Amino acid sequence: MGLLSKKDSKLIVDPLTDNNPITIQVLGICSALAITAQLKPSIVMAVSVLFVMGVGNVVISLMRNIIPSKIRIIVQLIVVATLVIIVDQVLKAYSYALSKELSVFIGLIITNCIIMGRFEAFALGNGPWRSFLDGIGNALGYGVILIIVGFFRELLGSGTLFGFKVLGDPVEKTGLYAMGYENNGFMVLPPMALIVVGLIIWVQRSRNKALIED
Amino acid sequence: MGLKQSLHNFKVKHQDKKWLPAFSALFTFLYTPNETTHGGTHIKAADDLKRTMNTVIIALVPCLIFGIFNAGYQHYLALGEIEASNGFLGSTFWTLDNFWLGALTVLPLVVVSYGVGLAVEFVFAIIKGHEVEEGYLVTGMLVPLIVPVDIPLWMLAVAVIFGVVIGKEVFGGTGMNILNPALTIRAFLFFAYPTWMSGDKVWVHGAVERAGTPDAISGETLLGAYAQNSTLAGIDYWDMFWGLIPGSVGETSKFLIVIGALFLIFSKIGSWRIILSTIIGALVMGLIFNGVVDAGWISNTSKFYGLMSVPFWQHLIIGSILFGAVYMATDPVTASQTNKGKWIYGFLIGFISIMIRVFNPAYPEGVFLAILLMNVFAPTIDHYVVQGNVKRRLKRLKVKTA
Repeated sequence: MGLLSKKDSKLIVDPLTDNNPITIQVLGICSALAITAQLKPSIVMAVSVLFVMGVGNVVISLMRNIIPSKIRIIVQLIVVATLVIIVDQVLKAYSYALSKELSVFIGLIITNCIIMGRFEAFALGNGPWRSFLDGIGNALGYGVILIIVGFFRELLGSGTLFGFKVLGDPVEKTGLYAMGYENNGFMVLPPMALIVVGLIIWVQRSRNKALIED
Repeated sequence: MGLKQSLHNFKVKHQDKKWLPAFSALFTFLYTPNETTHGGTHIKAADDLKRTMNTVIIALVPCLIFGIFNAGYQHYLALGEIEASNGFLGSTFWTLDNFWLGALTVLPLVVVSYGVGLAVEFVFAIIKGHEVEEGYLVTGMLVPLIVPVDIPLWMLAVAVIFGVVIGKEVFGGTGMNILNPALTIRAFLFFAYPTWMSGDKVWVHGAVERAGTPDAISGETLLGAYAQNSTLAGIDYWDMFWGLIPGSVGETSKFLIVIGALFLIFSKIGSWRIILSTIIGALVMGLIFNGVVDAGWISNTSKFYGLMSVPFWQHLIIGSILFGAVYMATDPVTASQTNKGKWIYGFLIGFISIMIRVFNPAYPEGVFLAILLMNVFAPTIDHYVVQGNVKRRLKRLKVKTA
């Protein structure tokens, strides 16, 4: 990354790998379970969080010197809430079906611990540019896991990707289904999302033993 | 030099090879290894893990053999080709035709279960560099006995991989698992492929492929029928007890399960406390439901009426509560360890099993869910039993010193 200094690019790369908000810090699990049954909502969720975190971190960072520390949580909440409402309204205006599908979970971005965590831990103590990078990095790290989980859950659970029947038609028995393959109904249920996240954690930690904590 | 000695020499010669755990697994299956322990413990007992597992397998073999005959019997009976067998030794049950068809459908399940499961165990043993653990011996035998006879083999293979890896290996292998692996496999199958694990077709061989054709046959279990407020024609209590009813492969014959239970209790492998308390729990729940019906709190239009009005003792001979109590709940790894804990653990398994059975008409058999649930709670039960004991003894101490 020629654009960024080494220290700055670490802000983006770290959350994608060795400091991933989901698999290492184990934050934001609830939304990872709830909306990853299919790929499309996973991506929309990832993009929404990317927007909220990128902008939110900058806003908090700009205000960091004027926020009284006693009421900083309230201020942070107001910032997230504003941004989430924007996302929600945009989705409702341009993609109503999807917004129905994601239902309360867009609203619940407010409670996503990753966002508040980054505000507290980073934006309150760093300049706007670095806060922006940190927000983008963490949102990407979150989104990547969401998309991986969504990919496997939709592929194995419904046999589709983005709604396209990539494995054949289960009703007319074409493609894989002609050979007796069947969709794994367990994949669509939330517990399986937890197990898939667990498997990602397992793979990641057995590749990098330094991540294993006692 | 006997065979044992030459096998031992072979082992010493190749002791730094990666595949050695695979060899010693087969070697120690029948022989006691020559090594002695080097550490502090020198307690020697004949019933090591492998012997324990073998004992359970011996107790399961009658169920398997019966399951093979029953698979053929139910198929031909549903087709109308044979008369209903008159009792356990009826002339139409123990026939070569039944055995042949049953063997063709059931033995592949056994082969897949053992083949895939042991392959996973061997791979993990080689990766982790420890000896192959014996835990899968019993699991591999239980799995074919608790699935419907027509389950596709690839589904079974997927489920076995899932069950062994997620149910056992991630916790650290045999002896460390929280959940019973065989039931984890069944739970996976049930939630992943519900159409193959429940309903009115899968329980008799051939019913699925004949569905919708003029040759269609019913493959419903008694529990399924009861849950629909109806019953199956031509089945009396003795048929249920002998096991001449459709169901999972090995769980139908209550007679053979009782024999297996006695064998396990007398060989001190299975805990009689768990078996007994599970049965008591089931009976108590059955009695409560009977009481509800007798008191007139629900009418026969209620969707729970069919199962609630079943006399309480009959709950033991329909469905798989006995099989679960004898072979699953007693798993020493996942059950409670303390004696008082075993009573509580077993009682709740029986109690919850019947509750799920009655309250979930979509899925009449709740035994496996109840056992899995109590597996999770077993350490908690033990904790409170031990703490209670500690507290009582401390109190006694105080009284003395005061």
